[in-house]
Amino acid sequence: MIEKEVVVIGGGPSGFSAAVEAAKRGAEVLVVDENLRAGGQLFKQIHKFFGSSTHQAGVRGIDIASELLEQARECGVEVWLNSVVVGLFKEKKVTIKKTLADNSEKLEIIQAKKIVIATGASENAVRFKGWTLPGVMGAGAAQTMINVNRVLPGKRILMIGSGNVGLIVSNQLLQAGAEVVGVIEAAPQIGGYGVHAAKIRRAGVPIYTSHTIQEARGKKNVEKAVICEVNDKWQPIRGTEKILEVDTITIAAGLKPLIELAMMHDCKCSFIPQLGGWVPLHDKNMESTNPGIYLVGDVAGVEEANTALEEGRLAGTAIAETLKYISLGNARKLKKEIWQRLNELRMGPFGEKRMLAKNNILTAYKI
Amino acid sequence: MRVDNHIILGKDERKETIEIKVDGKTIQAKKGEMIIAALMANGIRINRYTVKKKEPRGIFCGIGQCTDCVMVVNGKPNVRTCVTPVEDGMIIETQYGVERGNR
Repeated sequence: MIEKEVVVIGGGPSGFSAAVEAAKRGAEVLVVDENLRAGGQLFKQIHKFFGSSTHQAGVRGIDIASELLEQARECGVEVWLNSVVVGLFKEKKVTIKKTLADNSEKLEIIQAKKIVIATGASENAVRFKGWTLPGVMGAGAAQTMINVNRVLPGKRILMIGSGNVGLIVSNQLLQAGAEVVGVIEAAPQIGGYGVHAAKIRRAGVPIYTSHTIQEARGKKNVEKAVICEVNDKWQPIRGTEKILEVDTITIAAGLKPLIELAMMHDCKCSFIPQLGGWVPLHDKNMESTNPGIYLVGDVAGVEEANTALEEGRLAGTAIAETLKYISLGNARKLKKEIWQRLNELRMGPFGEKRMLAKNNILTAYKI
Repeated sequence: MRVDNHIILGKDERKETIEIKVDGKTIQAKKGEMIIAALMANGIRINRYTVKKKEPRGIFCGIGQCTDCVMVVNGKPNVRTCVTPVEDGMIIETQYGVERGNR
């Protein structure tokens, strides 16, 4: 059996920032990721990030990912790609199906001192008549296709949902050469930032608020979408149907945390809609109700890449502290700085709800 | 349709192509790309048909979570085409239920 001080499950922004933070203080860290490439979903985020300069505003997700992976290399973080965690045991043993260089697979059991769960989130589906037809897909899937695989998923696209994901991916579909026929939103107002909405509106994309999708039509794949208006109770209004000629329907209806591993490990969870549904509870060090198991990024509540990076740093610092690589005083100072940045990221009309929800997690943790 | 030129990502520099066989037909793929990318670039949208109702399915999540895009690859069923790279001479077949179809 291999021994490691820290095992990080998931090699996205939060997992890698936790790994870097712990490793640069001297901890021995292994990052395990099931994908062929590290970096999580950062590589499809080709837009510039928001926030202040301390939060890398103006830097594109792809560049943040490259820099983070470089830092990980520099401070000696070990990375196993194409490797899946298949077991997690009470004594902090992690079972991993590892893919070797010759593509054969081997089961490895690792005894860890600390475990960081950074499994991220998955996209929510919206169910309507015809939603299983080829051509109906997650907005994230379309984003992966154009920005990572560089293939257009369709020519004429309808986006469902006007949150930031819906708006940003609509813009990126335009950049990749697709036509976005419209964005629909069930709420009476646009969900995401005005600046993202303005970008696609300038490009001539209509945003239909108080609208929902009724049906995707087509024999073997999407050929048409039927949309209609909804009343203030979000019920369809008869006679307002519009038929749009589209070959692709993308769904941006939020994400939910991938909490299976945390649940399997008896981490206490709570239902918090503002953070995506069921989320495992954590304290101010990002430690779960199960000592030594930490949660960072979207699995600890769906937010965005910047908060994920900060949460990773928080856990990495707390881990370095308990493994005695940094002094209590130094850790306290570092964690305070990180919390200041996190609080800044959770300000304003968009961040406030998340701040309140996160505080609910911290309060529920203590009960 | 491929995104050869991109306002932010620039020109697609991947030149090397390989050949794969999809339901008996040979198509070109870029070396190392995911199977689903090669299929989509060649206008193929149906990966499989469901077990009971025999309904068509295509890509849904694109990152290996949902398993909607599985196909029979080199004789092996249930291969997630969105996270499996192409290899020269790979044989890919539409999946019917949990197996290859009777053609």
